[in-house]
Amino acid sequence: MTGVVDPFVLNLTVFVLAIFVGYHVVWNVTPALHTPLMAVTNAISGIIIVGAMLAAGPEKMDLGTVLGLAAVTLAAVNVFGGFLVTQRMLGMFKKKGK
Amino acid sequence: MPANYVALAYLGAAILFILALKGLSSPVSARRGNMLGMAGMAIAVLTTLTVTHNIAAILLAILVGGNIGWFIARRIQMTAMPELVAAMHSLVGLAAVLIAMSAFNNPVAYGIARAGEALHASNRIELFIGTFIGAITFTGSIIAFGKLSGKLGSKPLSFKGQHWLNLALGVVMIGFGVAFCLVPSWTPFLIMTAIALALGILLIMPIGGADMPVVVSMLNSYSGWAAAGIGFTLNNNMLIIAGSLVGSSGAILSYIMCKAMNRAFFNVILGGFGGEAAAADLGDGVQKTYRSGSAEDAAFLMGNADSVIIVPGYGLAVARAQHAINEMSKLLTEKGVKVRYAIHPVAGRMPGHMNVLLAEAEVPYEQVVEMDEINNEFADTDVVLVIGANDVVNPAAKNDKSSPIYGMPILEAHKARTVLVVKRSMATGYAGLDNELFYMDKTMMVFGDAKKVVEDIIKSIA
Repeated sequence: MTGVVDPFVLNLTVFVLAIFVGYHVVWNVTPALHTPLMAVTNAISGIIIVGAMLAAGPEKMDLGTVLGLAAVTLAAVNVFGGFLVTQRMLGMFKKKGK
Repeated sequence: MPANYVALAYLGAAILFILALKGLSSPVSARRGNMLGMAGMAIAVLTTLTVTHNIAAILLAILVGGNIGWFIARRIQMTAMPELVAAMHSLVGLAAVLIAMSAFNNPVAYGIARAGEALHASNRIELFIGTFIGAITFTGSIIAFGKLSGKLGSKPLSFKGQHWLNLALGVVMIGFGVAFCLVPSWTPFLIMTAIALALGILLIMPIGGADMPVVVSMLNSYSGWAAAGIGFTLNNNMLIIAGSLVGSSGAILSYIMCKAMNRAFFNVILGGFGGEAAAADLGDGVQKTYRSGSAEDAAFLMGNADSVIIVPGYGLAVARAQHAINEMSKLLTEKGVKVRYAIHPVAGRMPGHMNVLLAEAEVPYEQVVEMDEINNEFADTDVVLVIGANDVVNPAAKNDKSSPIYGMPILEAHKARTVLVVKRSMATGYAGLDNELFYMDKTMMVFGDAKKVVEDIIKSIA
C-alpha cells in the first residue's frame, strides 16, 4: 500500500461510524420523548453554525462573509430555539405527586 | 488555536451531542442530557471563534438569531410544536445553501483550495450534494410549515404527470451538478440550486395532512444530511458526526411513523393518501344502531370500575381538554380506580406529540403507556374511554382484510369490558372510514365537545 489516504475517505469513515452510533442511540430513545428528540436534533443540526462562522470568518469582507453572517443568524435561531424548547418540554415530564 | 487542539475540542463536542441523545432514553436523564448538548454546542462555537476574524460581527449575528430563537422557544404552544420543528428545519436548509455559496465564492479561505485556484472536483461533488439537500430541505420545510400551521390547505395538491415532472427536474438538476463538477462556474451552480428549491416545493405539496408526521421526520433527517454534507465540504468531522446523528434520528422516526400508519415510505413520499381515502368505504347503506349515554352515565361507569384506560387522540388537544382529563383521572385515582393512558404512535401530529401534550397538563408520565406495552391489558380492563381518537381504535385494521387500514397497528380498545367513546358526532376520522367499535354492544357513545363532556363527568364524580 502506498500514498496518503484522501481526506474524503477519512470523512467517509467518520460518517459511516457516526450513522452506526446514531442508529443505536436513537433506537434507545423512549417513544414518549420522540418530540423532544426532534427538537433537540433540530438544535444539534444547528451545529452548521460552525460552518457558517468559518464562512463569516475571513478578514476581508466580501459576498462570502456576508452570506456567512446571514447563515450564522439562521443557525443561531435553531441552536437557541431548539435547546430551550427541549428544556421547556422536558421540564413538563413529571412523576406522580411532584 | 492550533488546528489539532481545535479538532480535539470538536471531538469533545461531538461526544457531548451523542450523550445528549443518549439521555433521552428516560425522562429522568433527559434534562441532564440536554444540558450536555448545550455544553457541546458552546464548546463548538467558542472553539470556532478562536480561528475566525470578524468576531464582533459574528457575535452580533449570534445575538440576533439567539434572541429570536429564545423568544420563540418561550412563547410557542405545545400544540404548535410540529410547525415550529418544520420552520427550524427550513433554517438549517437555507443556512447550508448560504454556506455552500460562500465556500464556492472563496474556497481559499476554507483551506480547501490553493491560492488562485478554484475548488477541486471532488470538493465540488460534495458541495453540490450538500447544496441540493439543503435547498430541498429549505423549501420543503416551508411547505410543511404552511400545511401544519393551516396557512396552506392540508389537502394534497397533485396534478397529472407530477411524478414525471419531478423525475425530469431531478435528472436536469443532476445534469447541472455534473456540469458544475466539470466547470467551476456560478451558472450551473445557481441553476442547480434553483431546481432543487423548486423540487422541495413539488415534493411536499402533494402530501396530505394525515401523512405530515412522516414528512416532518423526513425533513428532520434531511436537515441532518445537509449539515453532514457541509462537513464533507469543509473537512470538518464534527459537522459530519452531528449531521449523521440527526440524519439517522430523522430516518428512524420516519420509519416508526410509517409503520404506525401502515404506510410504505415511498407511497408517502410519492403522495396522494388524503385524496384516495375520502372516496373509501361509504358504508353499505344499512343504518347501524349504536347506544348513546350522558356524561353522568360515563361518570357512573368509570367511578365503579377497578381499572380505566384513557385513549386520547388529537381531538382532545383540539378541544383543549388535557387539563380537564387530568382532573378527572386524579378524582378517579382518589376513588381507588387504576387509571392509565394508552398512546398510539400517531396520536398527535408528530412523533411523541401526545406525550408532550399530556405532560404539559401535568399527567404523571408513569401513567402514560405506549401501545405495545398496554395492548395485552385491554382484555382485563373494565372501562376504556376513547376521547378524540378514531382510526387508531378501529378493529377493522385487525379483522377486515378489505379495509384500507388493514394491518395498521391499533390500540385494542374493543377487548375491554365496556368502551366509552366521546365524540362530537358519528363522523369519520382521518382515513374516512366507519368504525365498527362504535356499534358494539358494549360501547356507549357520549356525544359532545370533549372538554365539556369531561367537565360534566368531573361534576358527576365529585
